[in-house]
Amino acid sequence: MDAEMFDMGDIDIAWCPGCGNFSILDILKETLSELKIRPENLVLVSGIGQAAKIPHYLKANVFNGLHGRSLPAATAIKFANPSLVVIAESGDGCMYGEGGNHFIHAIRRNPDITIIVHNNMVYGLTKGQASPTSGLGFKTLLQVEGVFAEPFNPLAVAVALDASFVARAYCGDRTETKGILKKAILHKGFALVDIFQPCVTYNKSNTYGWFKENTYYLEDSYNPQDRQEAFKRATGKGKLALGAIYINSNKSSFEENTGIYQKNKEPLYKRKPDWGKLSSLIDSKRRV
Amino acid sequence: MRNLLSDKRDSLSIVLAGEAGQGIQTVEYILIRVLKLAGYNISSSKEFMSRIRGGTNSTEIRVSSKRVQAFTERIDILVPLNKGAMRHVKERISPDTIILGEKENFQKDYKQSRDNVIDIPFSQIASEIGGRIYANTVAIGLISALFRVEAEILKDFIKKHFSGKGGKIIRNNIEAGNKGYEIGSDLLHSQKIKIEIEKSSKVIDEILLSGAEAIALGAVAGGCNFLPFYPMSPSTSLAVFCAQHSQEFSLVVEQAEDEISAINMAIGAWYAGARAMVTTSGGGFALMVEGLSLAGMLETPVVIHLGQRPGPATGLPTRTEQGDLEFVFRAGHGEFPRIIFAPGTIEDAFYLTQKSFNLADKYQIPVFILTDQYLLDSYYNIPSLDISGMKIEEYVVKTNRDYKRYRLTEDGISPRGIPGFGQGLVVVDSDEHDDQGHITEDFEARTKMVDKRLKKLDSLRKEVIPPELVGSKDYKTLVIGWGSTYNVIKEAISYLRRDDISFLHFKQVYPLHPDTPGYIKKSEQCVIVENNATSQFGNLIKLFTGMDIGKKILKYNGLPFSLEEVADNLEKIVMSRA
Repeated sequence: MDAEMFDMGDIDIAWCPGCGNFSILDILKETLSELKIRPENLVLVSGIGQAAKIPHYLKANVFNGLHGRSLPAATAIKFANPSLVVIAESGDGCMYGEGGNHFIHAIRRNPDITIIVHNNMVYGLTKGQASPTSGLGFKTLLQVEGVFAEPFNPLAVAVALDASFVARAYCGDRTETKGILKKAILHKGFALVDIFQPCVTYNKSNTYGWFKENTYYLEDSYNPQDRQEAFKRATGKGKLALGAIYINSNKSSFEENTGIYQKNKEPLYKRKPDWGKLSSLIDSKRRV
Repeated sequence: MRNLLSDKRDSLSIVLAGEAGQGIQTVEYILIRVLKLAGYNISSSKEFMSRIRGGTNSTEIRVSSKRVQAFTERIDILVPLNKGAMRHVKERISPDTIILGEKENFQKDYKQSRDNVIDIPFSQIASEIGGRIYANTVAIGLISALFRVEAEILKDFIKKHFSGKGGKIIRNNIEAGNKGYEIGSDLLHSQKIKIEIEKSSKVIDEILLSGAEAIALGAVAGGCNFLPFYPMSPSTSLAVFCAQHSQEFSLVVEQAEDEISAINMAIGAWYAGARAMVTTSGGGFALMVEGLSLAGMLETPVVIHLGQRPGPATGLPTRTEQGDLEFVFRAGHGEFPRIIFAPGTIEDAFYLTQKSFNLADKYQIPVFILTDQYLLDSYYNIPSLDISGMKIEEYVVKTNRDYKRYRLTEDGISPRGIPGFGQGLVVVDSDEHDDQGHITEDFEARTKMVDKRLKKLDSLRKEVIPPELVGSKDYKTLVIGWGSTYNVIKEAISYLRRDDISFLHFKQVYPLHPDTPGYIKKSEQCVIVENNATSQFGNLIKLFTGMDIGKKILKYNGLPFSLEEVADNLEKIVMSRA
């Protein structure tokens, strides 16, 4: 399969020239084609923001819902038809700010979906306000004295919640990011990939150069099953870790836990009410 | 207060009052069932405080030879189970009320010299059997005997009800029931109490349901397979019922982190081919409103059950009101069509819920089932629920390669594909979109899409459920009601014994049926009865017909209308005119 099968042809893309979103889009298409995922079997779920427009720029089934609400929708889509590959993708404001509560509870629920967060540490579409991941002291037109709220640490939160797959990538590193995304998509259960991405228009602090300088890849000997170590790496001062920081493969998924797919593998659209059982249930209310 | 039911041969009302956690609900649960098994029509409704223990709650059980399904103020038999009980219902106690209970629970002035205040030492009897915990079962036995329930029916039911609790508890409960039964039989023999309501063997096999259960069964019959839910009174019992039958019907109840999540899950599930419903109350629905608008934009079906309780904000969490109609009608930013049903009876609750799923699917819109605490928590027997003609209407299409989710059509309804079924791609977007579903800011496309969405109203208006006229077509006074007030208005009018008063009940409140203005024009005077403060349905009627309904009977203290209130108020209005 070829990444071109995901191409939309000549379309108007609403991102700024030089935006990290372009490389994430290319990496995503290549990843999907190398995994031999077909567009008609893929659902991309997003919220609102510049990153959330990504589903419109490649061939896939798309659910572009409300700001912050991609995870409840993605959870339900996977539940309604577990044979679909479901990826929720949006920015740091959508996933960690407006959708923060859903982020926490989607991890607890553990649907078999992948969540890709474009983390550029700033709000793009609303023109340059701080995001939950903006660094301390980051100045904007709104945060005139600089950000003083502690930045949200998605990896640490996910590890604390014993998420089943937690990773971070950097959009400037195509090969490594592709490798991380493949692992995440193949992983059974909730898989978070936070992708560092510069915003060339509104974030002059966290540039391509800054990310290069302030990140490092987890060493080959790193054991992602070690939760204590994962937490240490997620919260460590200094350079920021890239790679699969935590993996817990011993969890059953939300769809499995509902119990309705144990005996019957049919997706919900193929199921009809059992009129016989309904009739019995109604009759059971006669001599109660 | 008028005494409507002076003829006690037809119908009696029993009221049990006591603290939360004292077991009133168990008494109600068992009594309505054994009374029905004995051949009586029964209905029950409860009012309770928003607490787990203490306070004072009450349950009313009406026992009758006819179908009586409305709340009456009148108390024929009162069983006070704590010291506050009589004070709690004092306005409703008449000189004819028979009070059965322990003398410690009687109010002072009732203690002496009244024939109809009968001291029954429930706790003492219970203690002799094995503990005060059996007092409620003594009361159950007593009332069963008064109504001439066969001792075997009672014994069998107690055995069944406590079957999970072990031999000793079953034996003690049977003994407690027997003791109560003996006392009741003695009272009957002494002629102190005389109950002559006729039993009918037809009732025995009827269905006993609550409004909440009827909606849950309707959802199953509508093909519902997902109920994402955040707990909130009064809609919780519905979700609990579904959860209890989850594996049987592959209907998953998932407790969401909040109502925002719940509705977004429901919409996601419909998008992928499931049939989902959310159930909540006004406050929870307030959180769902953005999601409602999303359903409007995506043209994704969704079924929303809203059990109303008094607001604003937390209001009276366990009480009833019809205060959210205008909210539901207007909810959601932007303009998009919707349907609002308001079941009047337990049968309506079942059939309308089933229908909601098909209509939501057909028109790809949100469909509301608007109930309230009163309807949800009421129980009564009904002859049957007919599922023979029911089907899941199938509107989902298999997509081909050039599938376009929002293809423009004559009636505004684009064939709805779902991901993974066919070769096409299903693209939906909360932004304005083109016919493929992709984001657009093109003004012409915008206009076309708005027109397309609103055009669906033309078709769905053609299948609005007509209002039901109860009474003669040649009326002078027309009483209008909607939703859960059906039974109380109908029965109250029957007590006025006038053939020039008819009742028009709406179980679909939006879109408004086109015959509505005709009914109003025909009347010499029109009265609207609503369980809210501002006559919200009257406002809707005015909006769509320009007609003002001058006379209003409104109640908004958190309690349902009683027969007496409706009858008294109607009579005043009718008399003032004559």
